[in-house]
Amino acid sequence: MSGRSERRAPLAVKIVVSGGLGVGKTTFIGAVSEIEPLDTEAAITQVSLGVDSLDGVEGKTTTTVALDFGRITLDASLALYLFGTPGQDRFSFLWDDLVEGAIGTIVLVDTRRIEDCFPALDYFEAQGTPFVLAVNRFDGAERFELAEIREALGVGDEVPVVECDARARASVRDVLGALMDQVIGVRTRGRRPVGV
Amino acid sequence: MSTDRPRGAEDDDAADTQFVRPFIITGGRALPAQADLRLETLVVATDPVEGAAPLAFERRRIVALCAQATTVAQIAEAVEVPLGVAKVLVSDLVVSGHLTCSQPAELPLHTLERIRDHVRAL
Repeated sequence: MSGRSERRAPLAVKIVVSGGLGVGKTTFIGAVSEIEPLDTEAAITQVSLGVDSLDGVEGKTTTTVALDFGRITLDASLALYLFGTPGQDRFSFLWDDLVEGAIGTIVLVDTRRIEDCFPALDYFEAQGTPFVLAVNRFDGAERFELAEIREALGVGDEVPVVECDARARASVRDVLGALMDQVIGVRTRGRRPVGV
Repeated sequence: MSTDRPRGAEDDDAADTQFVRPFIITGGRALPAQADLRLETLVVATDPVEGAAPLAFERRRIVALCAQATTVAQIAEAVEVPLGVAKVLVSDLVVSGHLTCSQPAELPLHTLERIRDHVRAL
């Protein structure tokens, strides 16, 4: 309107980071984000404590549940947001809003509790957003071949399974790159395997 | 009608009288005028100073907040309304020309490739 020539909002794109409680979603997002991600799971723990001791606090938190997200400014007109899905079932109603319009999803897997990622896996398989499985290497966890993990999870060859260290920026970058390859592969070639 | 209501719950009566039902804020509507707003959609005010002046309450705060590009999720948090309410308010303000956003339904392939190249270079 006045003075300044037209103001345009940058394009925002979104990648969802999912997986079981405590699998490293917030760590993963924090490794590449310019902003400190809110640790939703820690916030929820505090809320749970609050419910027992303080009336009214729970009403406040159900209206504005803290979202776990990070941001990467890719260029002046393009911002990438990484949203973590809440790990607790009672916040699953948030998933549809979180996932709507996402370009892709990363499902984090902890080999010590492999079954924890099944709800996320089921959700994203049904929902149709391209996704990759990223096996977060925890110190002290027994190492499995990626092929074994793929078999244990029962996913087909069309879904990439990669290793990562959620604490390491370079590792997270590679997972994001693998996801973008998958997203572009799904778009250009249909749902065929992408170099895996 | 203050939106800066106390965070604690030391006085239940006060909390009751100061709580504004979400449907009052939106004028009774539950669905946004524009369906394509998402959590992460970035919204910017076309004129944060003069544009906000004739508005009241939440709408005014939203336009002022959007002097810089702000996500719908952050707007909901800052104005302390549920996400669905924020979507209704923001979409109204987009329709009325106070705010602008860009959110294509599907990203073109060249944009996906641009994202991949940027991500690889992180």
